[in-house]
This record gives sequence, structure tokens and C-alpha cells, in this order.
Amino acid sequence: MIELDDLTVKLPGFAVQNVSLRVAPGEFFALLGPTGSGKTVILESIAGLVHVTGGRIRLAARDITRYPPERRRIGIVYQDYALFPHLTVMENICYGLRYFDLDMQQARQRIDHLVDMLGLQAIVHRRPLHLSGGEKQRACLARALSINPSVLLLDEPLSALDPNFREDIRRVLKQLHGELGITFMMVTHDFSEALYLADRVGVIRNGRMEQVGSTEDVFLRPANPFVAEFVGMKNLFAAEVSDRKVAFGGLNCPMLGPVSCDQGILALRPEDIVLQHEDSFGGEYVRFSGVIEQIVPAGLWHEISVRCRDACFKTVMDRKTLMAQRYNEGDAVFLGFRTESVRVF
Amino acid sequence: MSMQLQGGNVGAAGATAGKRRMSLGSPFLYVTFFSSTVVLLFIVMPLFQMVSQPSLASLGETIRDPEVLSSIWLSVYTAVIAALIAFTVGTPLAYLLARHDFFGKKLIESIIDLPIMIPHPVVGIAILSLLGRGHPLGQMMAKIGLRVMGSVTGIIVVLTFVGLPFYLNAAKAGFESVPQRLENVSRSLGAGRAATFFRVTFPLSWRHMLGGVIMCAARAVSEFGAVVIVAYHPMIAPVLMYERFTAYGLKYSQPVGVWLILVCLTLFMLLRLVSLPSKVER
Repeated sequence: MIELDDLTVKLPGFAVQNVSLRVAPGEFFALLGPTGSGKTVILESIAGLVHVTGGRIRLAARDITRYPPERRRIGIVYQDYALFPHLTVMENICYGLRYFDLDMQQARQRIDHLVDMLGLQAIVHRRPLHLSGGEKQRACLARALSINPSVLLLDEPLSALDPNFREDIRRVLKQLHGELGITFMMVTHDFSEALYLADRVGVIRNGRMEQVGSTEDVFLRPANPFVAEFVGMKNLFAAEVSDRKVAFGGLNCPMLGPVSCDQGILALRPEDIVLQHEDSFGGEYVRFSGVIEQIVPAGLWHEISVRCRDACFKTVMDRKTLMAQRYNEGDAVFLGFRTESVRVF
Repeated sequence: MSMQLQGGNVGAAGATAGKRRMSLGSPFLYVTFFSSTVVLLFIVMPLFQMVSQPSLASLGETIRDPEVLSSIWLSVYTAVIAALIAFTVGTPLAYLLARHDFFGKKLIESIIDLPIMIPHPVVGIAILSLLGRGHPLGQMMAKIGLRVMGSVTGIIVVLTFVGLPFYLNAAKAGFESVPQRLENVSRSLGAGRAATFFRVTFPLSWRHMLGGVIMCAARAVSEFGAVVIVAYHPMIAPVLMYERFTAYGLKYSQPVGVWLILVCLTLFMLLRLVSLPSKVER
């Protein structure tokens, strides 16, 4: 559906370089990366809003690299909504109809359906200024979908929303994608959003694509330490690898098979680490003894730092377990994880 | 006072309230208040003096004077025409400057501000030296019947020259206040560049543009130094005032000034009223 071949965009002081990407029709693709990594630039070049220096952009096998944005029929939804403040919600939604629809009857039906589906009936005659964030984002979605685009681009659609609206819009996005069957491409810096919504993800850093794959694949098998950290592997240790053993921070971790490694980094997900007061781990677990250094509440979870020799592990535990098992800072504990959950780079 | 409060069992809130009350007496506030008053008086007093001095009778007599009437009318309509020219030719440049970064942009912005810096008589002399009889361009214009020296055309050229920066800067600020993302969304919805400008950018920035037109016209009405060099005749109001001042003295130039002020204030207030945001849009 969307194909990027060696896409290069040079901007003052920044460049997106040789990004290649294929997004299948009807797919929900998420472009992930930290702030300033160039993901919005890629999105805007697909929409035709930035000047592409090199490479090709194809939409349904048609080369659209030099098309002006108004001829691409690609919907775009921005994080800050970008609703036209001088128009009512309905006027916003119908803004683009005159450029694409010859059959107004049909267009009306489509708009009515969108307004229904997004629950906008009550606010269609209001101006955007005093709408809530959730309402604004719904209006934006309706507007972008009004021209019946083949692709919908979403630029951090959830970032500006309050947490309660965020969940709501996230559900709406999932529902829209399921019902309309069009290609969604979303930019986000939050892996959990991608995990919930996307079929496939691409992780980008400093204008270069680091890894592309199915969401699960990238989550479980990050290709390098950067992606590993980005998808939540908070435990990264400099490591030395010898045949069937990895040494890090004064600890030895036996591996199941021979491992190869070129960067000497061991990565481990916090939620794969289990804590126990007594060492009663099964044989498949690697275990170390250590001391709880810190317990920090982080939303619904508590983040626990455990020091084992020179390595400081981070793990998470829900409140209930923490209370029931009475872990305190300074406690001596046993820490265990399965060998399969270890990634070595 | 605040010491007493802190001595009792009043908490932090009491202490800060005491401090705030103390700061009312700070010299900083006195200085601020004093200089604000001086500035306002400095502006208002001369104007008030001029407006209040002429008797109603002399005002009535002045406005019946055809020479005065025609000079005020000339002043107003040349300024309006200058502002409209600035609006027509300046808008695209203002948009370009607001929306695009390019090599030499700073230079162009400085060039635009030049008419504000240059002494007014110099402007007049510069325009005459280009468009007068001594220059090929002036001779060419003379051939097609456009005379600059001592003509309405000349007055309009001068007024446009001095007014343009004010319109350009206001319109540019207006365009900059419209988020580029709105234009991006408009384009993605199928509207071309022109349609985007007229459906999104213009409706969101026309107040700035109107403000710029007013500023430009106001600047044009007040121009004297450049006009007096290019066109002493036909006489715009400031030139007429100057002539009456040198020939007859202060008393005879004041009423003309009062009428010019009144006419301009009325016009500008009308325009400002038009540009007030309506209740629906708030």
C-alpha cells in the first residue's frame, strides 16, 4: 500500500536517511521513536508536506513522490488537533468534500455515518475552541476520514489527551481501523500505544530505521540495545560473552546454547524478573542474591531496584503482591529470571 | 506588622501575605507609576492643548474654507489609496516571508524596514531622483503621462513608500499567527495553495491585515517631509498647516490640525469597529 524506497529528507541540522518501508493494505503500522527522531518528517513526506530530497514514495503502486498533498487523498490527524477554529465542527468535517466528491448525496451519507460512529451529533454545530480534547480528536478523525482516504496518517494522536480521553480515543482508533479497513499509519513515542494498536512497527532513531517487524517480534526480539531500551527492556548491562556463559557486573549467567554477540550488551525486561525471599526457583531459572535498594511507586506498579554485586536490576511488582509479600528497602532477596528472556547483543 | 504575624502561630500563608502587603510600598512601584504618568501626559497634553485652543467659531470658519476641505480630502484619499496599494502588492510578500525560510530572508526583512529609518526629506529626494525628469525611468513615465513632481501620483508614490513597512510587518505577523498545520491539513483535504489561503489563512488573519492597512494609512496621513519635497502642490493637509504656520502663525494652523485629527480618528475608529471579533467567534 505505502512503499518508501530509500526515502531521504534533508532539513537544516537534521536528516531522514534512506528509510525503506512497506505497509500492507489495511495494516495498522506504527512508527516509533523518541522525540526528534524524524518520525513526523516521514509522516509528512508521505502526506506531501515536506520536500523529499531523495528516494521514492509509492501509494498503491503509484509513484506519488512529487504529487502535491491535495492530490494524494491521504488523511492526516495531528496531535494538537489542528481543527479550523473559524469553522464549526460540521464545517470542519465537510471541508474537503468539494474537492473529491461529485456525488454529494453519497458524501452526505458517509459524513452522517462518521458523525454517528464517532458520537459527534451533539457538537456538530459548535466551534472547536471549547471542545474537550477527546471531542476535538474525534472531530479531527471524522474530518480526515471524510474524504474517504486510502491511508490515514496519525501524528501522536493520543499524546495531547488526558489519560481518560486517551483510552477512549485509543479504543475509537482500534474500532475505526477494524470497521473501515483502510491503512493506518501512526507515529508515537509510546510503545504501549503501539502494542495495543499496531500490527507492525518500525523503530526509528536519528532519521534512520533501526528495526521493522511485527509488534510482537520487535517487543520480544529487539534487534539492538536502542530498540531494546525503547520497548521497555530497562535492564541493560555491559557483558562479556564466552561460549555458553555471559558475565556482567560480577555475575555469571549461563546460557542455553552458544551465543554470539558483537556489542557486548545483555538486556532483560523488568517484568521477566521474579523476586523471592527464599531461593525456591525452579531449575530453569537463573538466580542471584541481592539487596533491595529502592522501591518507587510508578502508577499502578512499583518499580524495585535490586543490587546484585555490581549489577543493579530493575523489576516491577503490583501493589498487592508487594504488600502481601512485605518487601522493604534494604531486604536481602533472591532474584530470578528464565534464560530465554535474556537478550544478548 | 509582618514580624508580629510571624511571632504568633500563623503559618507560612500569613507570612507571605504580610510580605505582599509590604511590597506595596516598594520604590519600584512608585517609579513605575511615576514614569507611566509622565509618558501619558507627555503624549496627551500637547494634543489636548491643540484641540482645545481653537474656538468653535474659528473651527467652523476653517472647515468652510475650500482650500482646507480639499487638502483634508486629498490627504485622506491619497493615504487610503496608498494603503490599498500596500495591501495588494504587499500581501504576497508578507505571506512569503511568514511561511518560507530562504537564503537572504533577513536581508529582505531589513530592506523592508528601510523606509522607517530613512529621514523623510531623504525619501522625497530619493523618489524624485528616480522618478523625476533627470532619470530615464522618470522620463519614460513622463512619456506615458505619469508625472510625479507636484502631482497626486507623486503624493501616492511617497505615501505608499513610507506606509508599506507597516502593512508588511502587520500582515506577516498575522500570517505567522496561523499555525502551518492548519494549512497542511487543508492541503491534505484536497484544497490547493490558493484555496487554502482563501479558506483558512485569510479568514484567520484578516484582522491583522486590516490592522496593517490602518497602520499604513495612519502613517501615510501623517507624512510631511517627503511629500513637501515631491509635491508642495496640490497641498495635503500637513503641507497646508505648515504653510499657514509659516505665513500666519500658530493660531491659523491649529484649526486645520484639529479637523485632520477628527477626520482621521473617525475613520480609524470605524475600521477598528469592523475588525472587532464578533460574539460568535469568541
